[in-house]
This record gives sequence, structure tokens and C-alpha cells, in this order.
Amino acid sequence: MKQFLAFVKKEFYHIFRDTRTMLILLGMPIAQIILFGFAITTEVKNAQIAVYDLSKDATTQQIIQRLQANEYFTLVENLNHPDRIDQIMKEGKASMVLVFSSDFQANMMHSGEAAVQIIVDATDPNQATTMTNYASSILGQYQQEMYTMYNSAGFTIIPQTRMLYNPQMEGAYNFVPGVMGLILMLICAMMTSIAIVREKERGSMEILLASPIQPILIIISKAVPYFTLSIVNLITILLLSVFVLNVPIAGSLSLIIFASLLFILVALLFGLLISNIVQTQVAAMLISGMGLMMPTMLLSGMMFPIESMPAILQWLSAIMPARWYIEAIRKLMIQGVDGIYIIKEFVILLIMIFVLLIISLKRFKIRL
Amino acid sequence: MKDIVISAKNLTKKFGNFIAVDSISFEVDKGEIFGFLGANGAGKTTAMRMLCGLSHPTSGKGQVAGFDINRQQEKIKQNIGYMSQKFSLYEDLKVWENLRLFGGIYGMMEKDIKTKTDTMLNHLGFSAEKNTLVRDLPLGWKQKLAFSVSIFHSPKIVFLDEPTGGVDPITRRQFWEMIYEAVSEGITVFVTTHYMDEAEYCNRVSIMVDGKIESLDSPKKLKEQTDSQTMDEVFQKFARKATRNPD
Amino acid sequence: MIKFLLEKEFKQIFRNPFLPKLILFMPVMMLLIMPWAANQEIKNIKLSIVDNDHSSYSERLVNKVIASGYFILKDVSGSNDEALKSIESGKADIILEIRPEFEKDLIKTGISNVMISANAVNGTKGGLGSAYLAAIMNDFSHDITSEWGLNVNKEIIPTIDIVPHNKYNIYLDYKVFMVPALVVMLLTMIAGFLPALNIVGEKEAGTIEQMNVTPVNRLTFILGKLVPYWIIGFVVLSICFILAALIYGILPVGNLLTIYLYAGIYILVVSGLGLVISNYSDTMQQAMFVMFFFMLILILLSGLFTPVNSMPDWAQMISKINPLSYFIEVMRSIYLKGSGILELLPQFFALCGFALFFNTWAVLSYKKSN
Repeated sequence: MKQFLAFVKKEFYHIFRDTRTMLILLGMPIAQIILFGFAITTEVKNAQIAVYDLSKDATTQQIIQRLQANEYFTLVENLNHPDRIDQIMKEGKASMVLVFSSDFQANMMHSGEAAVQIIVDATDPNQATTMTNYASSILGQYQQEMYTMYNSAGFTIIPQTRMLYNPQMEGAYNFVPGVMGLILMLICAMMTSIAIVREKERGSMEILLASPIQPILIIISKAVPYFTLSIVNLITILLLSVFVLNVPIAGSLSLIIFASLLFILVALLFGLLISNIVQTQVAAMLISGMGLMMPTMLLSGMMFPIESMPAILQWLSAIMPARWYIEAIRKLMIQGVDGIYIIKEFVILLIMIFVLLIISLKRFKIRL
Repeated sequence: MKDIVISAKNLTKKFGNFIAVDSISFEVDKGEIFGFLGANGAGKTTAMRMLCGLSHPTSGKGQVAGFDINRQQEKIKQNIGYMSQKFSLYEDLKVWENLRLFGGIYGMMEKDIKTKTDTMLNHLGFSAEKNTLVRDLPLGWKQKLAFSVSIFHSPKIVFLDEPTGGVDPITRRQFWEMIYEAVSEGITVFVTTHYMDEAEYCNRVSIMVDGKIESLDSPKKLKEQTDSQTMDEVFQKFARKATRNPD
Repeated sequence: MIKFLLEKEFKQIFRNPFLPKLILFMPVMMLLIMPWAANQEIKNIKLSIVDNDHSSYSERLVNKVIASGYFILKDVSGSNDEALKSIESGKADIILEIRPEFEKDLIKTGISNVMISANAVNGTKGGLGSAYLAAIMNDFSHDITSEWGLNVNKEIIPTIDIVPHNKYNIYLDYKVFMVPALVVMLLTMIAGFLPALNIVGEKEAGTIEQMNVTPVNRLTFILGKLVPYWIIGFVVLSICFILAALIYGILPVGNLLTIYLYAGIYILVVSGLGLVISNYSDTMQQAMFVMFFFMLILILLSGLFTPVNSMPDWAQMISKINPLSYFIEVMRSIYLKGSGILELLPQFFALCGFALFFNTWAVLSYKKSN
């Protein structure tokens, strides 16, 4: 036991001595939380638009004013030639152009044939749809007002909308669990595997293995510091999201911690397995990067909804531990559901731990 | 007339408060084998790195091959060869590829590189390994190859930092034969070692203790001065004063 | 001299058991999987309906919602509590609840309301779902108004005819949006991470020492490191073009040579950054993490996934000094809109500036002696 503690101490020294890596490991969750919490938003805000107004009458002026007054849009240019439409979009200066047909006001009042063309840069389909929706609703509202000016009110159904769990529709609510999954994976799996492989590469692993301490304890002693670091990061993330992003912890804190511990265990086992398979640091980085980090970011549902993926990828995402962890955290933390709703996620994580444990133990026997 | 190719005057290197090399002065003549003796951590490698232009002196002056070590480091590098303590050839390149790479970097002609590679490998009885990846060579051969690379471009001076560390006695013997051959071609050899028997092979030896040069002379004279039978004894007498722990 | 250095770098790359495979397979894997996975298209919103009114209008409304095609009807629950449970268990994303007096109020006062409860953990999804429902409500009230309106004497009906036109990506295909950006990501990772590991790798192996004692000058040495990644970058880029055309039928609208021109500069930018990091790092692990840290921030703030315009001011400022945002804009503009150099001059100068900056820094920070 004393020897084991000595080894653990040695590993901590290694980590603390490399201040730069330390700073990054501790700073990464902070940077991510801030980015995801404040900067990354799929909403449309201040989208740059231009108008090409062929009639320039009171009505079009009014409509343009309304567009401008809206927080969604910023009017950047009044075009005076149709060729400019394509050009301004190619320069990336505007992503939507509204074209008002000539004699707009007169047509609207008499023949009812006033046309607005909404030309939108659809390279980003989500943005395009949202912008078209916003613009249409501003136009629709204007039309409605004109209508009620001349007619008695028609029927209206007013939808009362409640946004459950996330009334302000903050992106952070969706991202926080994802960031937790990503960071824990990064530290436990990637760092541990690289740390072990480095000793292999330098040949110091053999010295350690030649010592009287059991090989498995050496490996565990390498994992302990990273385990500790992940706990520190977990706490940082939770504190930041509660106090900086104002994301409340709706469910039980102990269940969240329990889920995290399960996940950390899975990630550590992955790290050990990788370090067992590869011989060089570069290989360890590539495998953990390509095989763990990328899939975690892409397929875990942290950024991209799993339902929108084709069936094969949905299948693949089912074997991503992060997917189940993130789902459990989302339910526990944001939705605040009871324990019974996350039994499935817990069971899956436990099965993964079990399988990984068997594989690693088998491999260790062969190699050590 | 003496032809001095290396000179150092009050050369000092400090790392923070630690004085690795403490105001050393000496001169090395052309064609000499100049030995730098000392325990681990005595400052041998640091001193050598300053002479090779790998490290800036904290103070003091020096010249190597006629160039100032403070200002003309890149000029010095044109004229020297260097073999570091830690094996530092490319393990994932073949034997001939390492020779070609460094020959090319020192500006040798394509044609000269080819012929010299063949003669050199032939001479060493190493032709069969021409296409072997360096990582697959045994340590002794790696060291010989590293030495060959360091003199491949026919430098004026070659610096060898503990070239025979970890090598068996027979290979060490062969290694010194290679050094003598290099000297016969007019190359000055500056070598650090902590093997005292090797010190006997040097023309002159300086003994470094705690960053200072304690003594400098030919092995024969050193033995006479200290009334010793072997260089080992000589060294023991000087090294006893050391206060610095080996690292 | 540079010839020998390049020879050496290429031999090392080809002899590495991983790198050649990585250079070939990574683009294939990324382009094969990423466009399908990195898809923020909101489809298949699962709807649960609670109809407490069971009137003819409420049934018409429900039918209209189902017929809209935006939703998958998951269940028709008896009570709101039951519907809430299906949201908690993840079976439904959004609930439409119709009050008992829905029809009566509508006919009597002309105004009635419905309740929409959306799971807003994913804000985009919740927002879009409720926006679709609201649009349907609006439509429905228009339907009824005009049904009744036939009896009212008709005066002026001001109508604005809205003609939406989706330019450059008419089918609103998310993959079209992602593919050019993925190419940028690939180039960044391959031409950024590999150089970041390179010099520090030589430090760890000790070979840098043998290099430093030679008269090789710093510029030559750095060039020897840059050029291979530059060529690898072009190989990766070409593989990407072919794959994008073969798998997704996405061909650049603009000039291919223009893309190569910009890519050529961009690769220098990221490789330069990688080398700078490599120069300052002591271990590969450290280099990797520093690079990863910066890349993550740069990618997230580049507009690759989310629009830069919607970001807060400070984040937009950062994107001004983020080479990725320039190159992503360039790629999307050339690839999808057919922009030319003239339209993308500011980006051209910006990228040249970055390239010069990072590579000068890389040369200066490579120290042959300490």
C-alpha cells in the first residue's frame, strides 16, 4: 500500500510539473462552458439583410422600417440594381435580400397582388429557414394589421406556448451535459493512455514493471491522478453552469455524481485499453482522438440530434458511452426526472464497464 | 608553431543560481586528442555544448576553428562534427539515409556523398547494413555510426560527448581506433569521458570538478605530478574534493 | 540543402506505420460519416396531442396538424399529466393541448387559445416545433375566417404575396452546407496537428540536437517541415473534392483553382501555428493539448456549426482574428455560391497576413541554442 501511494505521488508530480498541460486541463472546461454558454447559439440574431425596393412607396418604407427595428435583422444595404443581389451574397455581406415589386402599395390595396420575394442565402439551411420564417411573420403581421384597419377582426387562435425545462431556450441547457461528457472522456481516456504509453516509449515502464509492486497497481496508480483531475473538472463544470450560466440542477445531485463516476470508469478503462494496444504516443493520440473524441463529439448527441441521423449512425451512437451518459445527465440535471427514468442509461453504462473490464484483464495477462 | 583551434577564456554558464561551468580556460592544438574528464554533473557536457554553439555562455570568451563562440555560432557549426551523449540519429531512417541527410546538410555534393558512404561503410565492414533501419542496429554499431556521421563531412574538429557510454570493451577499443584514424586525417578530437582508461589515449586531459578545471596536462605528467600509477588514481585524488552530487 | 531535409521528412512520414493511413483514411471516414452525423436539421418532431374539447373544430385542427408533415404523432393522451410523462421519458418532444371550451369560445368571441408545451432542452428543436404549430394555428384561423368571411361584405383585402427563394442550396440540404466546412476541418486537423507533433517529437527523440549542431539555418529547417504538410494538405484536399463529388454530387460552383489558391495559403497558416506550438512544447502530450485547446475554441467560434453573426460582440471580435472563420467563409462562398477572388479579397489578405505571421513566428521561435 505504501509503495502504491508512492507511485501515485510520483504520477502527481509528473502532472504538476507540466504547468502548461495542467493549465489547459483545468482551463478547458471553463473555456468550453463559456463558449457553449454564451457564444454558440443556433438562433438567428443580427442577420445581415438587404432590400431591393422597386416601388419605394409608403408601404414598403414601413415594412423596411419594421424589418430594421427587429432584433433579428440588420439592414446593410439598399440595393439599386438587380445584379447587386447575387454580388452582395457572394461577398457574404448579406444573407437575405427582400425584393419589393413595383407599385407595391397600389397593388396591395387594389388587386391584392403585391409580391415580396425573399431571396435567402440557403447555404446554411437552418438559418435560411429561420430567417424566411421571421421575415414572413413580420410581413404577415403587417398584412394582418392592414386587414383589421379595413375590416372587422376575423377569427384568431392564440397559441400559448410554454417552453418546458428551458424557458429562455438557452443553448447552454443543451450543451452543458455534452461538455461534461467530452471533457471527462478527454481527460480520462486520452490523458491516461498517453501517460502510460510515454513510459513505454521511454523504456521507464520496464523499470517500473521490474519493481516488486504488482503491475496492475502500477497501472492503477497512473489512473488515479487523472481520476482526481476529472473530479475537479466535474465540480468546476457543475459550479460554472449553476453560477455563471444559471443552468439549475433540477434533479438529484447524488445521482448526477453517480452517473459521472460510472462514465469516468468507462473512460479510464478505454484509456488503459488503448495504452495496452499501442506502442507510441502518436498512435495513442490518434486512436484516442479519432476513435474516441471525434465520435464523442459527433455521435453522442451533444451537438447534433441523434434522431436526424441515418439508421447506421444511430446504431453506432448506441455504442458510444458518452451518448448514454449525456442522456442521463440531461434528464437528471435539466429535466429533473426521477431515478426510474434513467435506469436504462445506468444499466448500459454498467454493461460497458463490465465488458471493458473483461477485455482489459485478458489483455493484461497476455502482455505483462 | 602551435596552431590553436579551440580556446576558452573564463567560460562560465549559470542556470539560475547554479553555476554549471565556472570560469574555465584552456586551449586545444590542431590534431590533438583533448580529453575532458569528470564525474557526472561536473559540467563537461555543458562546457562542450557552449563550444559547439548549442548553448550561450553566461560570460567569458572562446574561439572554435577561428570563430567566436558568442557571436559566430553558425560559422562554428560549419566546421565541427558533434556526437551527443544520447543517441540522436534518426531511428526511422536507414544507415545510408542518415549519412546522406547529414552530408547534404553540410553542403556535400551528391556524388561525394555516394562515394564516401560506400568507402566508409566498406572500411567499417558495415556494407551489409547499409539498408538497415538505424533502430534495428545494436547499440555498439549505433555509436560507431553516430561517430561516422559526425566526421562524415570532414570537419576540422569533432566533439564527442561520452561516445562510448554503455558499450562493451571490444567495441570501445574499435571506437578508439576510429578516433585515431580521424586524427590521422587531421581532425582535432575533443572528447568527454568518465572511463579513466580512455583518458590514457588522449594527448592531454583536463579534469573537471564542480564546474572548474582542476588540472590540465598530458596523462603522463598528471601521473607524475600526483604520484599515481593509473589515471584512475589521478582522478580519485582530484575528485575527492567534489562537493556537488552527481545528477 | 532543403532537398535533403525534404527527402528525410517524406521518408519519415511514409515509414510511419500510422501517418499514410491517416492521411488517406481520415478524409474518407470524415466525408463518409460526418455529413450525416453533423446534421442540425430538425426532423421528426414527436408530437403528443391532448384534445379535451372533442368538437368538430378541435378535430379539424388536429387533422390539420397531423397533415402538415412536420410532426410524428406519438400519442393522443387523455390528460396533460399523461402527456408530460411522455415528454419526461423522451417519447414526445412537444404537446398540443386543446381546452374543453375551445370551439365554443372561438365561435362566441372570435378568439380562443391552445396550449403548446415543448421540451426546450434543445432550444432549436423546441422553438422550431412550436413555431410550426403556431403557423398552423394561424393558417387554421385564416381558413375559418375565410369560410365565415364569405358571408361578410367584402371590402379591401390587402394581400402580400410572399415568394421565398432559397438561393445556392435550393433543397435546403444540410449536407451541402457541411461538406465544404468539413474539408476545412480536415485540413486544419491534418495540416495543423501533424506539424504540432513534429518538432517536439524530434525533441523527445533527441534528434533535434544533432540537427542543431549543424549549420542548417532556421528558415531552411522550418521550410523543410512546412513543405511536406503543404503537399499532404493538397492531397487531402483533392481526395475531399473527389469524394464530395462522388458521394454527394457536390461540385464546386466556383473555380477549383481559386479554392486551391486559398487552401494553399490556409495550410501554411495552420502548419505555421502547429510548428509554433511544437517549438514551445517539451512533450508531445503537451503540444497535443495546447493544439487541441486552441483548435476547439477556433473551430467553435469559426461559424462552422453556428452563425458568427448571432454571437455576442466579444466572440465576433475573436472570429476576426480566427483564420478558420475566414477560410470557412471562403470555402462556402466558392464552393456553393461561386464567388471569385474579387469578392473574397479581404479574406485573401487576411489569410496571407496570418500565414506570414505564424511562419515568421515559427522561424523565430525555433532556437538552435539556448
